[in-house]
Amino acid sequence: MKERYDVIVVGAGPAGSIAAKTAAEKGLDVLLIEKRQEIGAPVRCAEGVSKEFLRKHVEIDKRWVCADVNGSRVYAPDGTKVEMAEKLSGKEVGFVLERKIFDRALAELAAKAGAEVRVRTRATGLVLEDGFVKGIRLMHLGKEYEVRADIIIGADGVESKVGRWAGIDTSLKPADIETCVQYLVAGVDIDQECCEFYLGNEIAPGGYVWVFPKGEGKANVGIGILGSKGGKFKPRPVDYLNKFVEKHFPEGKIVEMVFGGVPVSGNIEKFTANGLMLIGDAARQADPITGGGILNGMDAGKMAGEAAYKAISAGDVSEEKLEELYEKRWKTGIGKKIDTNLIVKNCFVSLSDEDLNSLAHSVEDVKFESMRLLDLLYALFKANRKLLWELHVLFKDIAVEAAKNRL
Amino acid sequence: MKVNVNRYKCGYCGACVGVCPGGALELIETWVEVDENTCTACGMCGRICPVGAIELVK
Repeated sequence: MKERYDVIVVGAGPAGSIAAKTAAEKGLDVLLIEKRQEIGAPVRCAEGVSKEFLRKHVEIDKRWVCADVNGSRVYAPDGTKVEMAEKLSGKEVGFVLERKIFDRALAELAAKAGAEVRVRTRATGLVLEDGFVKGIRLMHLGKEYEVRADIIIGADGVESKVGRWAGIDTSLKPADIETCVQYLVAGVDIDQECCEFYLGNEIAPGGYVWVFPKGEGKANVGIGILGSKGGKFKPRPVDYLNKFVEKHFPEGKIVEMVFGGVPVSGNIEKFTANGLMLIGDAARQADPITGGGILNGMDAGKMAGEAAYKAISAGDVSEEKLEELYEKRWKTGIGKKIDTNLIVKNCFVSLSDEDLNSLAHSVEDVKFESMRLLDLLYALFKANRKLLWELHVLFKDIAVEAAKNRL
Repeated sequence: MKVNVNRYKCGYCGACVGVCPGGALELIETWVEVDENTCTACGMCGRICPVGAIELVK
């Protein structure tokens, strides 16, 4: 480890590795640290991603793909099924990943681009001088180090401390987090090309149960419930999941247990400070509807890596500069999508089981020919305007377009 | 009152760290550390723990 780098990235998940890779490719001197002894483990993820978006960042490698997915099924509380499938067969649109291999492959790409990678190296604090982040304190195998850098990128996940150390309050309220448990279940006979989602206040209050194929008779069976719907005297996610698995996969063998918290707060007020940027779950950038965070994290990592290069080249790593180069770009792009998806989340978590059932009945006979969530939401909205009125802001543009076409 | 993390139950996912309003918790690698000087025993962590590994004790 050197005493100084241009950029230090804290956390070697997908966001951190892409940030480190991007900055290193631009010629910056980059250190990527990971507090765990193994990159990618323990997994805290359902591992589903869109193929098209993933392709923007990496070449697909069969080593980290467990299943190709071309459809999804959503089950209402009464069992009513809504199916969405890509109409062209063979046009798989999603993957279920093996994150243990995937995360490591991304870190290797960062290393290949020139970044120095250090595992079992934990950030313990920031070096702050004149209101600027000037470096970081690290611990590796019981020994402490102080390393300086122009920019620190915090990609330290749901348990992020880097932002807090710089004065950014990233703490989540119970209504802002999905609290999750997942089992990797083996020996189950499930459709390996389809992702399933189960909704209902008895099944997963304020969240959903997912069944994602993992290849060879295996599946990720997991649950997320909204933090505000749980509590001391209420069942825990693990209790709901046990009930679900007993009912649906009594013969299944649980070969792995996964726990996690997924931020669903939507955009936080800011994720930059003087000499610092936050990305991925640390910046609460996961999708508030699905809880998916891999691709948003990778997009943010790319933007932050590019912003680091531009800011350092310009000799200005102030909050204003980083805000202009990264945060503004985020908030006017993917951040907008996150804002609208937060509206959808807030609308759906307030629905009763009867509401969810009647929504499913209203689109039961519709053949959805894409897996786009917006298509499903629009069909639901058209048939249930009153119940889903909060969503009208999402479809304003579509409605205007349709009205124009009629004229 | 103080927070007690049952490390035999804990899945070290860090969800509790994310909701702690005072930043009193930290996920080290396979355990959660509580800074008792900062912790206000608000109980938020115990409320959201997916396995119920966190309790407020006297």
